[in-house]
Amino acid sequence: MTRVGVLAVQGAFVEHEASLSRLGAECYEIRKAADLGRSPDALVIPGGESTVMGKLVRDLGMFDTLRGMILDGTPVLGTCAGMIMLAGSVEGGPSHLATMPIAVRRNAYGRQLGSFSARAGFAGLGEIPLEFIRAPAAVSLGEGVETLSVVDGVPVAVRYGNQIATAFHPELTDDPTVHTYFLDAVR
Amino acid sequence: MTGDNDRYVLNKELAQMLKGGVIMDVTTPEQARIAEEAGACAVMALERIPADIRAAGGVSRMSDPKMIKGIQEAVSIPVMAKCRIGHFAEAQILQAIEIDYIDESEVLSPADDVYHIDKRQFKVPFVCGARNLGEALRRIGEGASMIRTKGEPGTGDVIQAVSHMRQMNREIRELKAISDDEVYEYAKSLQVPLDLAFYVHENGRLPVVNFAAGGVATPADAALMMQLGAEGVFVGSGIFKSGNPAKRAAAIVRAVTDFNDPKVLAEVSEGLGEAMVGINKDEIEKLENIRMAERGQ
Repeated sequence: MTRVGVLAVQGAFVEHEASLSRLGAECYEIRKAADLGRSPDALVIPGGESTVMGKLVRDLGMFDTLRGMILDGTPVLGTCAGMIMLAGSVEGGPSHLATMPIAVRRNAYGRQLGSFSARAGFAGLGEIPLEFIRAPAAVSLGEGVETLSVVDGVPVAVRYGNQIATAFHPELTDDPTVHTYFLDAVR
Repeated sequence: MTGDNDRYVLNKELAQMLKGGVIMDVTTPEQARIAEEAGACAVMALERIPADIRAAGGVSRMSDPKMIKGIQEAVSIPVMAKCRIGHFAEAQILQAIEIDYIDESEVLSPADDVYHIDKRQFKVPFVCGARNLGEALRRIGEGASMIRTKGEPGTGDVIQAVSHMRQMNREIRELKAISDDEVYEYAKSLQVPLDLAFYVHENGRLPVVNFAAGGVATPADAALMMQLGAEGVFVGSGIFKSGNPAKRAAAIVRAVTDFNDPKVLAEVSEGLGEAMVGINKDEIEKLENIRMAERGQ
């Protein structure tokens, strides 16, 4: 069984655990640095506020280990704030783990009034529902970054090796496509 | 196109993103930046924090939109603001400046002693205070997409927040435990919409995120509320009425993340300087006009 460590310092981590558990994965919460040592098969960085998560992973002393695990190839799924956490550069602000060669713009669609739902194809697996909550946008993709989904010409799901990032929240819908794709990538 | 129901779902989902976080009252862009750097997941922009509203007396209203905009420009995290209970024109103004969340709040002077705002008429989300399950489900029925305990704001005394959280959770457990055919009568006794009563009966939780608010002043208070089942906390007067706001703010953020780890709580509780002085429950009871928790049932 695939064991997924879900970063659980702030945000919608419970929703990811529910989505992954429904697909038969075993989840545990990463709340402190020692939890990273339990050798997860894969990692999830959930939605929430990237400023809060970025600060807490540093304050909790897990920044270097977490970054090292991702660079060493532990598969990771980052959604919304998770995408910002993985991005190599963040417009007008500090980057965090910076393991994926993409540049992102935070709150790219504006404030909550700009949050929206959409449907789009994902990785050739058909159309899925997408929830964007004060979402970021990938404004440029570096070499080797594959686009998995596009809305209005903007890449909203990308993959770089074992790292998958989405600007939307697959954990907020019942559609299992993104989590299934992620677990397939782990195997 | 995003329709009305989709909009309500998106608004509930924003509250889900705030979970495990601390929402801090701020009165200036400078305070907003301190809060963001300390790890606040959102800020509440208001001219006077509840403790000062109590001290000043008089009528307390929505903040100056210019002041709120200054805070919107200062930070990248969501910005909330308060309007008076029932004052839908203040809410329209807050929507016009694209606030991320409106708190229809008993902290301000109520504008209507019968009706709350019909929150379904708005695109921006609302959070409302509740002392019990009945108040919570009535507010959700009116369109609130997030609930918080009322507590007793501006006091630095956590007793009311504790009592409201316990009351709500006890009623949720009761409603979950009764048989299906008893839900109708239970909904009638609470005076709440039947569909929401059935949601709680089947899921054993509110259909929206539930935070603690009103009297949280220390990391231990925050951890207490989280262990009692809050999904995050609002800290109003507790931070910027204390000796070292930046340090206290960061300590409360850590306490909400590590609410189950007493060692961490001990560490972050050290050397925070003076907590807000506060006024206790008995003192408030003498001050008939400002028992805020009784506003808006």
